[in-house]
Amino acid sequence: MAECPVCASEIEFEADTIKGELLSCPDCGAELEVVSIDPDEVEPAPELDEDWGQ
Amino acid sequence: MKIGFLHSLIRFEEKQLLEEFRSRKGVDLVLIDDRKLSFDLETVPGIDVAFERCVSHSRSLYSLQFLELAGVPCINRASVARVCGDKIESSIALAKHEVPQPQLRVAYTEEMALEAIEDLGYPVVLKPVVGSWGRLLSKINDRCAAETVLEHKKLLGSYQHSIFYIQEYIEKRGRDIRTFVVGDECIAGIYRESAHWITNTARGAVASNCPITDEIAKLSLSAAAAVGGGILAVDLIESERGLLVNEVNYTMEFRNSIKPTGVNIPARMVDYVVASQS
Repeated sequence: MAECPVCASEIEFEADTIKGELLSCPDCGAELEVVSIDPDEVEPAPELDEDWGQ
Repeated sequence: MKIGFLHSLIRFEEKQLLEEFRSRKGVDLVLIDDRKLSFDLETVPGIDVAFERCVSHSRSLYSLQFLELAGVPCINRASVARVCGDKIESSIALAKHEVPQPQLRVAYTEEMALEAIEDLGYPVVLKPVVGSWGRLLSKINDRCAAETVLEHKKLLGSYQHSIFYIQEYIEKRGRDIRTFVVGDECIAGIYRESAHWITNTARGAVASNCPITDEIAKLSLSAAAAVGGGILAVDLIESERGLLVNEVNYTMEFRNSIKPTGVNIPARMVDYVVASQS
């Protein structure tokens, strides 16, 4: 179980969650990145940069 | 077969692609996070092919060049990333191959940009040379707006925002088309519908299936070939002059396109990568 760094809610990973994956906190909606699995940890996702996307 | 999966964040697309790669026999997947990379000019990475899925154009472009320097075949190639990631290079490549596109002016000073805008006629669209998801696009309806936006870009933007990319505004009647090209096949297409003049799905446009006609397929393949080929998403505008190519994307996003088209786009992409080494 990871803790949202924004609202401190508990976040349960799915069985197929992988490191680097983006997810939203179910409580506060913050965009988070999975940085560790077992122990489960998330961090705020990186901010959008100017050269991102297609 | 050792496939280097070059990535940063794992979005919906990357997760689908990873699942697809992992379902294939004989594929040994090596995850390469661009945030953990440093390159030199000598090291040869132990992979047979690199598949690029970075979210950042700059990191994609340089990483692909280093990998190719080390002799690693890349999908897409660095030259394709360079052309697609820069709207001026894309427009020149399309023009060289006589692929129809909206009219374009490029200028380097506010004075010449204003002259170019008035020459094209209002409205026009100002776009950053590098950028996507419909960000920082400006529809300029009159001279007052032109003067204001040009001044803002000059004073507030990086030097790249003073390379003024000015495109004819095409009345899209609320939609454009995005097609997906894998190798020599146009595998699927969507309409992107929006009440807003910007029709990126990242900006809320709704995707629905676009049947691939011979005309759409032919133009999409021509555009893909013009930028160097590979796995590409082509944006088309329906104009009074017929279909025009607006841009070509080299790290294509497809999260809103699998369901409406019924095409397993990540599977087709993975087929192409695997076949490239067979």
